[in-house]
Amino acid sequence: MSTPPPDPDPRPLTAVEHIKAGSDGLRGTLRASLAAPLTGALAPDDTHLLKFHGSYQQDDRDLREERRQQKLEPDYQFMIRTRLPGGVCTPAQWLALDELAGRFGNGTLRLTTRQAFQLHGVIKGDLQPTLAAINAALLDTIAACGDVNRNVMCNPDPAATALHAQVFPWAVRLSEHLLPRTRAYHEIWLGEERVAGGEPEPEPIYGRSFLPRKFKTAFAVPPSNDVDVLAHDLGFIAIADGDRLLGFDVSVGGGMGATHGDPTTYPRVADVIGFCTPEQLLAVAEQVVLIQRDHGDRRERKHARLKYTIAHRGLAWFTDELTRRLGWALAPARPYAFDHSGDRFGWARGADDRWRVTLHLDSGRVTDPPWPGVGPRLRTGLRELARIHRGELRLTPNQNLIVTGITDDARPAIEAVLAAHGLDGFRARRPARLHALACVALPTCGLAMAEAERALPAFADRLDDLLVAHGLAGQRLHLRITGCPNGCARPYLAEVALIGKGPGRYNLMLGGDQAGTRLAHLVRDNADEPTILALLDGLLGQYAAGRTANEAFGDYVVRTGAA
Amino acid sequence: MTARPQHPLPSLSADRAEALLGQVHALTADELNWLAGYAAGMAAARRAEPASLAPRAIAPTAAPPVAARPPITVLYGTHTGTSRGLAERLARRLTDGGATARLIRASDYDPRDLARERTLFIVVATHGDGDPADDTRALHDFVLGRRAPTLPELRFAVLGLGDSSYPKFCHVARLLDDRLAALGGRRLQPRGECDLDVDAVAGPWLDGATAAGLAEATPARGEGVVIPLHPPGPIVDEPAANGAAATRARPALATVLVSQPITAQGARKRVRHLELAIDEASLGYQPGDALAVWPVNPPTLVAEVIAAIGGAADAPVSRDGQERPLAAWLGDALELTRLHRPFLIAHAARAADPTSALAAALAADAPADALAALVASHQVIDVLQRFPAAWTAAELVGALRPLGPRSYSIASSLRACPGEAHLTVAQVEDVRAGQRRVGAASDFLARVGDGDPIRAFIEPNPAFRLPADDADIVMIGPGTGVAPFRGFVQDREATGARGRSWLVFGEQHRRSQFLYQLEWQRALARGVLTRLDVAFSRDQPHKVYVQDRLAEHGAELFAWLEGGAHLYLCGDARHMAPAVEATLIAVARRHGALDADGGADWLAALRAGGRYHRDVY
Repeated sequence: MSTPPPDPDPRPLTAVEHIKAGSDGLRGTLRASLAAPLTGALAPDDTHLLKFHGSYQQDDRDLREERRQQKLEPDYQFMIRTRLPGGVCTPAQWLALDELAGRFGNGTLRLTTRQAFQLHGVIKGDLQPTLAAINAALLDTIAACGDVNRNVMCNPDPAATALHAQVFPWAVRLSEHLLPRTRAYHEIWLGEERVAGGEPEPEPIYGRSFLPRKFKTAFAVPPSNDVDVLAHDLGFIAIADGDRLLGFDVSVGGGMGATHGDPTTYPRVADVIGFCTPEQLLAVAEQVVLIQRDHGDRRERKHARLKYTIAHRGLAWFTDELTRRLGWALAPARPYAFDHSGDRFGWARGADDRWRVTLHLDSGRVTDPPWPGVGPRLRTGLRELARIHRGELRLTPNQNLIVTGITDDARPAIEAVLAAHGLDGFRARRPARLHALACVALPTCGLAMAEAERALPAFADRLDDLLVAHGLAGQRLHLRITGCPNGCARPYLAEVALIGKGPGRYNLMLGGDQAGTRLAHLVRDNADEPTILALLDGLLGQYAAGRTANEAFGDYVVRTGAA
Repeated sequence: MTARPQHPLPSLSADRAEALLGQVHALTADELNWLAGYAAGMAAARRAEPASLAPRAIAPTAAPPVAARPPITVLYGTHTGTSRGLAERLARRLTDGGATARLIRASDYDPRDLARERTLFIVVATHGDGDPADDTRALHDFVLGRRAPTLPELRFAVLGLGDSSYPKFCHVARLLDDRLAALGGRRLQPRGECDLDVDAVAGPWLDGATAAGLAEATPARGEGVVIPLHPPGPIVDEPAANGAAATRARPALATVLVSQPITAQGARKRVRHLELAIDEASLGYQPGDALAVWPVNPPTLVAEVIAAIGGAADAPVSRDGQERPLAAWLGDALELTRLHRPFLIAHAARAADPTSALAAALAADAPADALAALVASHQVIDVLQRFPAAWTAAELVGALRPLGPRSYSIASSLRACPGEAHLTVAQVEDVRAGQRRVGAASDFLARVGDGDPIRAFIEPNPAFRLPADDADIVMIGPGTGVAPFRGFVQDREATGARGRSWLVFGEQHRRSQFLYQLEWQRALARGVLTRLDVAFSRDQPHKVYVQDRLAEHGAELFAWLEGGAHLYLCGDARHMAPAVEATLIAVARRHGALDADGGADWLAALRAGGRYHRDVY
């Protein structure tokens, strides 16, 4: 290997780069941090390393000021995220996580926009037992967060069951292929002894410093684009001949995150650069990761995603580099068509004669009401369901849940559980609320500037009221709310997006399409909810009067320039 | 891991280098910056004096009249780090220009130091609807609050950061800037208000601040002094016997400045922190002393007692030659929350049922602890309600015992908090037969609000005093027993004491009951507290108490004590103190190779030698 040329970039590496490189294979001082008795927090450097192990240190921001006055440190607690490729789990795994949510967490489970589970509110002393118990349930949290390839998403509900059976295993293989090799996770959480010698394990893909930033991968199965494949660093779009998988169109350079007030940051829709066969997939993915490892910006974390590498150097440079590294070129991309990025709620029968039912969960939160009788008992209901269900459970990219593999005989019992616990909300719920997404935001997310999950139900209902008022009842509308511009709920692809700017204030963006292929644009900066609703009221009135046949709201806004 | 460097100077002994570097390693980056500037100033001064390598405390008491430039303080409050970056630039430019500048995050800054600042720059962000960043709240509250001192010596400038799309643009900076000026500070230059395009305003402001700061830092000949962080404040000795000090009979009035719960949601026992404004002539104290408070009984309880005897609140009643309304007697003159035997005997004599549990407990052949159990579980109102009896208002007032003051170990030092006494008050409360019952004083102190007066006097505790500055101390204070040690640590920081300090604290849960957690964390980071061990009994399957930590670290504890450390124990006398003493004896036996008697003798000798101090209750 030749010596790299002197680095002309005068900017220093970010602090996180030094932490990663000096972490002894992601071990850092995590053990000492966990044992430190005077605080519920980790040492600052260790908070960065903990992400690679699937957990974020957070604190209850609702209590911050109160606790400061109480002369207590913030209420430090940890969010734990599973790695769950394609969102597929067993009822036994569901039950294990449900039990942990009650014993160590805040009594809720959350299904994420990347088809993973999150536990919230775990305190430091309970972290190790929780992760060990997750492992005992044959799940893990490795690389669920951090500057690595995150949970690999995959459409969980193809109309053609046989095609899912061919695509999903590739999501699992890719997830495992891109896992870090360090044994730190097994030593710290699972009690594995470190092999004598002391040198960290070689990381053939990631090296000592891992990636410059997080890296996201998704598999779409047209016509569904529920994974929002173009929002990811790396995407694979299944191309099939009937039920037979031929290969994948490859997309690169998508990403959602931005920073308020910084025009050098922006969301970006990925470019489709060619086609590969299933056998070529791992090599393509690995080389895309390696290009980003070697060329991503390690001096400014705001610019460290693959989308900026491609935007700065050009797509032609990227495809040339990929071809050079692979030693061959991708085939030309094949045609595909997406209809929409939402879920298909309710009961459906697959080619295997088994039933599946897609349930709606607001923002993916699985919880019982704080007081009996004031709302549906979703957590209890899904626990009951998991006890009797013999098929699979699949988390959707829209934070919902599909119960699959239900036989004719089993269906009545499942129906009864759904009805008894209010899990059949999908039947009555109106479109804005049904298809909405929201990130966690307050009170636990450290980045949030405004409410998201907690504000969603009321706002979506107001929007549904407006649809009814304008004679648009039943019209599909994609609404997404995030508490900050980081974009966890992929808001920039929504028809209506609220992006948190401050308490009760949002940037309103409009004009994404329902297929998830076009970015929304900024319509109103830093507006409060009444202002936003008044603006939408007017626009929906224009839309009701002026739309063409089957024209969606986002398409209308863009076509007419109404906003 | 960073290895400790070899000490560089032959004149510095290995021991001293070890001790010094041990302290230095515990400092935060900001504190290191401050120390560097401080030390440089001292070194410059020493060069002008006859050479001396004798150790000098940073202690203000020993502060030499050296010539140096006054340090400039650069404070920042930040959420995203932008303010920190600007403050760092300013501090670096001031330092490069030859000034001594200390850079401090607002949350690491003791606002009481404001009165001692000469040149101050503040870079502060505003969030949301005009809110300060989390790290700025304490400073913000102090400066805008009524305890902010006048600042006639202060020269300052403020740079704000914000987003002009919000209505209250740079609100925090405006508030601080206006308030500092109102307190007497003089602006070195007008306030800067940065929008998202930060550098447009920040650049010129930093230029101006650098020039003004360097001008301020250039002392007129002979004027320069090192300004210690905590110069000695006025402090009283033992309260003088000339009548100025408040007494039990002639208490002084203290007023409430702060009354703040310091246990969080989920705590099984509630504790409140009070800050009282005191007149130091009448209520001056030393760390270790107690403040005795005359409580006022809960008004609801007074009303219940009056109702129980069918009396009238305003009925005039005489006792000891004085006539007052019944409610007044019951309110502030007589015990309602503590029973005593004479009252129970008087009550039993009036009670309708001679076979009641009360009568049984008072019988000559009753088990020894029957009466104690009844007294411990009942208040006057419980007895009146449970064992009906006929009382007139005058009879009841005559039979109840006089109300007594309640003492609380003072949790502050006058050196750190001039004109203030702080208390750590456990809420005494439980529910008996569906009725909430409270302690008279803790409920009183929970009821009083801002500015309310409290009758109080000092109870000196001469056996519970800090030792000489260079002596080590070991402080064992679980629960509210930690109160006097907060005063000790404050005092030692203010005096710059060189002795090491080791605190052992215990409670049930770290998350909700770690009393003064933030203050201890900061004291450790500053090196004021050398060591802190904690025992949270219910945070793990098996219970762990302070004595378990003492046993765990027995070798080190024994070494401290054999090395001359003073030992302090404060808190519960019934369970905690005996358990701790048994452990201390076991530690001495194990690590001093003593037999059973030898261990007890060792502890007795420690006490006789004036190195074991107890304040248990």
